[in-house]
Amino acid sequence: MPRLLAILLFVFLSAPIAAKEAAPAAADPVLEKRVMALAEELRCLVCQNQTLAESNAPLAEDLRNQVREKMREGKSDAEVVGFLVERYGDFVLYRPPLKATTLLLWFGPLLLLAVGFAVLLRRVRRRRQADDTGITDEDRRRAAELLAGSEPR
Amino acid sequence: MIPELGQLALALALCLALAQGLLGLVGAARGEPVWMAATRPAARGQFAFIAIAFACLTASFVSNDFTVGYVASNSNSALPLQYRVAGVWGGHEGSMLLWVLMLSVWTFGVTLFSRHLPQDMVARVLGVMGLVSVGFLLFILFTSNPFLRLFPAPPDGHDLNPLLQDPGMVMHPPMLYMGYVGFSIAFAFAVAALLSGRLDAAWARWSRPWTTAAWCFLTVGIALGSGWAYYELGWGGWWFWDPAENASFMPWLVGTALIHSLAVTEKRGAFRSWTVLLAILAFALSLLGTFLVRSGVLTSVHAFATDPTRGIFILALLALVIGGSLLLYVWRAPKIGLGGDFEPLSRESMLLANNVVFAAAAGSVLLGTLYPLALDASGLGKISVGPPYFDTVFVPLMTPALFLMGVGPLARWKKASLPDLASRLRWALAASVVAALTLPFAMGRWGALVALGLLLAVWVAASGFVQLYEKVRNAAGGVSAWTRLSSVPRATYGMLLAHFGVAVFVVGVTMVKAYETEKDVRMEPGDTVEVGGYTFRFDGVRDVTGPNYVAGRARITVNRNGSLVSTLYPEKRIYKVQNNVMTEAAIDTGFTRDLYVSLGDAVSDTAWVVRVYHKPFVDWIWGGCLLMALGGALAASDRRYRLAARRPQEQYVAAAVR
Amino acid sequence: MTMTRFAIPIAIFVALLLLLGIGLKLDPREVPSPLIGKPAPHFQLPELHQPAKTFSERDMLGKVWVLNVWASWCVSCREEHPVLLDLAANGEVPIYGLNYKDRREDGLAWLKGMGDPYKLSIFDFDGRVGIDYGVYGVPETYVIDKSGVIRYKRIGPLTPEIVKEKVLPLVRELGRA
Repeated sequence: MPRLLAILLFVFLSAPIAAKEAAPAAADPVLEKRVMALAEELRCLVCQNQTLAESNAPLAEDLRNQVREKMREGKSDAEVVGFLVERYGDFVLYRPPLKATTLLLWFGPLLLLAVGFAVLLRRVRRRRQADDTGITDEDRRRAAELLAGSEPR
Repeated sequence: MIPELGQLALALALCLALAQGLLGLVGAARGEPVWMAATRPAARGQFAFIAIAFACLTASFVSNDFTVGYVASNSNSALPLQYRVAGVWGGHEGSMLLWVLMLSVWTFGVTLFSRHLPQDMVARVLGVMGLVSVGFLLFILFTSNPFLRLFPAPPDGHDLNPLLQDPGMVMHPPMLYMGYVGFSIAFAFAVAALLSGRLDAAWARWSRPWTTAAWCFLTVGIALGSGWAYYELGWGGWWFWDPAENASFMPWLVGTALIHSLAVTEKRGAFRSWTVLLAILAFALSLLGTFLVRSGVLTSVHAFATDPTRGIFILALLALVIGGSLLLYVWRAPKIGLGGDFEPLSRESMLLANNVVFAAAAGSVLLGTLYPLALDASGLGKISVGPPYFDTVFVPLMTPALFLMGVGPLARWKKASLPDLASRLRWALAASVVAALTLPFAMGRWGALVALGLLLAVWVAASGFVQLYEKVRNAAGGVSAWTRLSSVPRATYGMLLAHFGVAVFVVGVTMVKAYETEKDVRMEPGDTVEVGGYTFRFDGVRDVTGPNYVAGRARITVNRNGSLVSTLYPEKRIYKVQNNVMTEAAIDTGFTRDLYVSLGDAVSDTAWVVRVYHKPFVDWIWGGCLLMALGGALAASDRRYRLAARRPQEQYVAAAVR
Repeated sequence: MTMTRFAIPIAIFVALLLLLGIGLKLDPREVPSPLIGKPAPHFQLPELHQPAKTFSERDMLGKVWVLNVWASWCVSCREEHPVLLDLAANGEVPIYGLNYKDRREDGLAWLKGMGDPYKLSIFDFDGRVGIDYGVYGVPETYVIDKSGVIRYKRIGPLTPEIVKEKVLPLVRELGRA
């Protein structure tokens, strides 16, 4: 009962004095969306298992500020990324850049699928030629005996 | 006293496991019935002692025995009872004990449900599992002993990580380990088959329910982890392609290929060497996963406290167990033979294609996870591979699998006809195309990726209905629809349900990714914000105290079209012992959408930053996983596995290795 | 390709084992600097002790020097400090400090209490210069040559071994150039 009273009091006391549509947390929501979209593809260097967008680390906040500033100055996403890569290397990118060293990474899955299907096709085609059920003459003899009703050896 | 008892119990379990391993394998090789018969009691004894050890550790936690180092690191006197129990598997050493407990539970299960198997097969399966257990028990006793004492004992514990103080987190590791460890049975059956040379349809039938059951547990375990991340981490994300998540996903992918491959081996005797290899691979990936999260080789949110000695030990275990079985494979597999013949267009070839897709998917996940390590090891630089890569690569890979899921079950064994399939599936195709073109508009806008997702999901669901319809139409049982429905085997229902679950899952993922909306706002009491057609009003924040935390709890009232939908209470908690700050999101769960509210920071005395999300169909993600697991459970409990248990040992005139 | 295809899985497995074995010796958290071999990024910052004066990397052209990033709130910096004091006493190479995201009073007090190995420290209040240098975890140390090119970066505290085996030999080599 006292809790209910407290809640009611709380509600009435905090009732809409100047109820309004809440302001966006960011000063410029459109820019912020762009900042966060890019930040989600970047890796926080301190909490290395979080994106730059999620991380609460001070460095992450600093870097988000840098990203925001650069975007406000009119830099493109590629230029902002370049700024960070210059200082921290490719490690900061969750989307690995396409380079000679990452060709295998990016084309690997397709390659695996292609090789898998190629092997499959070859095996299926070869089956048609080789009739290998593994039955030997010994097996045929035993089968004949069984069918004739005698005990198998 | 109790911790020492626990340690003694583990040592005894080790002896019994060793006995089980040697008696089983050597006994089967030498054809000694007494030795083979002794494996069952040895296995049961091992289970009993590991259970005792686990009980001892649990007792130490419950009684707040901080003289035990592991308890001191993972518990606290203010910790509620259920989390003191969960703390048993909250850290590395205890989770290894849980692992080994799960292994002994599965082993015990095998001793119970294997009466119908030939004695040498049971002996070999139990033998292999025994040796795996030996490996892990040695690992625990030598590098990861949870019973070590701490002198001087601290006055209170370090507390369980607040992230783990949650029901979802409590169930996630046991489910996951049941899955990981369950694949050891499929592995044991495969190795036993390679050793005995008897790799026939019967082997597949024995192995199948165990493998499917393990797969069910793994599905549930992964879904729990994902669901937990969604409601606990405050950002509404549910999958991050984190190395540890990948470590659980890879065995799942290979496990899925395995259960499908076993189906073919059981029905047609084909794919035998493929199936054996998949069984080895599934368990290999389980072990690899264990290695990755405990060795420090990769960074992950899930990584346990790492130690190079432990890493080396697990690597050695991995090398012995998998290296050994792959060598056995090289030696024995060429003699296995091809089995039943089939045409390029047939259910077999489609299932084989399915295997290729899932194997390629697992390989891609492995590639992405280990690539940074490979580059670093070869001195070629340091990169990161994250969600942008996996998301880009995974969807195109899975698309063929989803397409096959519709066609495969309808294709005939041995020889299927394309015109026949096309005619039977034309309505399903039509339904999918119509859905892809029109449904997105119901959500507001059309997008190519959404359309693709819906196309595939409706395709799978619609072709599932076609399968059911045909089965019922063709089934025996006369006129009554009910008798016809009940004459369809349970395994078929299992398959249909599981595939339907996949369709539901795809809908969830597609819709939430395409149509979720969020707003990040600064709210004073009384302020409102509109998201997804709902109005959220911030009523202020008050202080609350929990058992081991203090929090600011906000009240958010949600309305739609003037009527109250719900009241949400997101919190910002500070756990006193470690001084961690945790965000507890408040979620209004609905069948067609979730309303997700997360409290940010206070920006003034009265104003707070609040994040509000509208997530359409997000619960279909986990609903789909649950359906998949239920489908698997149905399939595993099919009559023919239980009937087979009552039939005496069978003789086979099949291709046996000389 | 009849028998050998069965050997492919084990071949891949062995390669995997080797990779993982090597991995045990590597540190996945370390972010190597792309700035090695590149000119030290430009800065002009006020000095910690004399805010009216500024200091720039250009002031050091023609000399080999060490730049150490530190902060009063950094726990590992305490570990490293005696090593720096020794290196400063050694006199072979001047050490300059970059006080990273600190409060002036705290930084000054820290140096007063722990000892000051630096010729001078510059004050990087918002961490911008740190970001330019790719700093992500304090302490970090750079060795910069006579033409202002970064030659070496140490991430984490300096140890006597590293000073002896990496820093001093490099400094001597660069000094001869």
